[in-house]
Amino acid sequence: MGAPEPMLEVEGLEVRYGTVPAVRGIDLAVGRGEIVGLIGPNGAGKSTTLHAIMGAVRPSAGEIRLAGVSIRGRAPEQVVRAGIALVPEGRRIYAELTVEENLRLGLCGRRARAGAEEAVEGIFELFPVVREARRRQAGLLSGGQQQQLAIGRALVAEPDVLLLDEPSLGLAPAVVDTVFEALRAIRERGVTVLLVEQRAQRTVALADRTYVMSNGELRMTLGPDDAHDTGRMVAAYFGSS
Amino acid sequence: MTEHVQTLLDATALGSIYALMAIGIGLVFGVLRLVNFAYGQLIMAGAYALALTNDRPVLVSIALCFGVILALSLAMEFAAFRPLRRASPTTMLVATFAISYLLQSIALVRFGAIGKIVVVIPELNRSVTIGGLHVRWITIVTILVAIAVFAALTAFLNRTSIGLQMRAASIDSQTARLLGVRANAVITVAVLISGVIAAIVAVILPMAVPERLLVGPDFALRETIIVLVGVVVGGIDRLLSATLGGFTMGFAVGALSGFLPSSGSWPFTSSVYLDSAVFMLVIVVLLLRPEGLFARGRRTAVERV
Repeated sequence: MGAPEPMLEVEGLEVRYGTVPAVRGIDLAVGRGEIVGLIGPNGAGKSTTLHAIMGAVRPSAGEIRLAGVSIRGRAPEQVVRAGIALVPEGRRIYAELTVEENLRLGLCGRRARAGAEEAVEGIFELFPVVREARRRQAGLLSGGQQQQLAIGRALVAEPDVLLLDEPSLGLAPAVVDTVFEALRAIRERGVTVLLVEQRAQRTVALADRTYVMSNGELRMTLGPDDAHDTGRMVAAYFGSS
Repeated sequence: MTEHVQTLLDATALGSIYALMAIGIGLVFGVLRLVNFAYGQLIMAGAYALALTNDRPVLVSIALCFGVILALSLAMEFAAFRPLRRASPTTMLVATFAISYLLQSIALVRFGAIGKIVVVIPELNRSVTIGGLHVRWITIVTILVAIAVFAALTAFLNRTSIGLQMRAASIDSQTARLLGVRANAVITVAVLISGVIAAIVAVILPMAVPERLLVGPDFALRETIIVLVGVVVGGIDRLLSATLGGFTMGFAVGALSGFLPSSGSWPFTSSVYLDSAVFMLVIVVLLLRPEGLFARGRRTAVERV
């Protein structure tokens, strides 16, 4: 099995906040249809990497390509329309709006006007709780339900690449199962996934490949088999090489 | 008795005008976090357009008023607001002060300090008698127009996709952009709707408020300041609370000017009492409810050290 063609490529990416470097020249590639994990301690630069891909922060150096086309320097609303959707950290659900209104906001990022209703219907199938709660205020949903809504809101744009920033943060273990199940289902729909997580073992087990990030740099790459190699997992986290 | 009812009706009409201005200011604040101090000068420009075309058919005159205000609104957005998009709120506020004084100075240089009479629809100044009350048509029209604008805007915000995007951008613009909401398009639409409302006020104000029959460089300036206070008193974070705040200020001004003594030797004339009484109320409200009179929940004010 050869490597799939690269869908999302990041080359020599550097991001600085003022004079403080947050991301120090990283290279990563996600092939079409792959799930790639990005793990590492707080402050490693994982979220910043996602924000740079989305155009929400400006890289000081490096290149970002989607299906071979550079998207560096584009505004977030253009990056979404190019085909990358983000499930932000902390879900960022509009608590005052209804569940359905939250979903409909995701439609703004669609490239094609046609098929919007089908896309919403597809989310209702993937996440039945979202359908049941669609007339309720989104702020009244539980954390797990809000996370499903946040993922659904990103997916109605029918992106080629889905970025997720710590989707399991603050969720009960049973709910984390639901989220990881959903990620498998999303891969089966042909969406390429870049998953930023703190739950290292589960991420490594799910992903085709997982990068370990620390202090703004990628330190090592783990495969699914490493999930049960406690030594390597600990080493990945505590930075001994 | 009828005299009091009459005063309250006039106060409601004045409150309606202030509520319209509060909607116009609140809508732009929502998407830009910008308090547009120059909002009154948009209305002033529209009133000049009306005054300078008194001899034309009324519809032409009103169309020109709308045209001037919408063009000026877009000019503000593209020449000032957009280049300052990433500037601090203070910088933007000061910029709107500059625009406000610039437009007032242009009006002063071009048209002089002496006001020009604005004649729009004189027939609306006639009154009808309802149960002993003499009500001017403009009073009724003003109240109905304000209700219609609020209803139309509510439907727009709740039923249309761009309205939904506008609400989302008002709550959290960064997330909205990450979802694909075109921030600039949403802001431009908000600025234009705000301009339409300014034009409606420009048409109504000279007819509804006798002291505003003349348009001069300071036209609508006092109203803007009072509405801005009302918007803060009501709660600037939400359009409804801001609108209610504007209405309350207008109603309070109208009612107090009716009930306070209107005669007396200087300095104890009505207008002196009026501002003292109104702003006394403002201080009391802000002391008791710093988050806004109509703000939802118990969001506490920003703590300062």
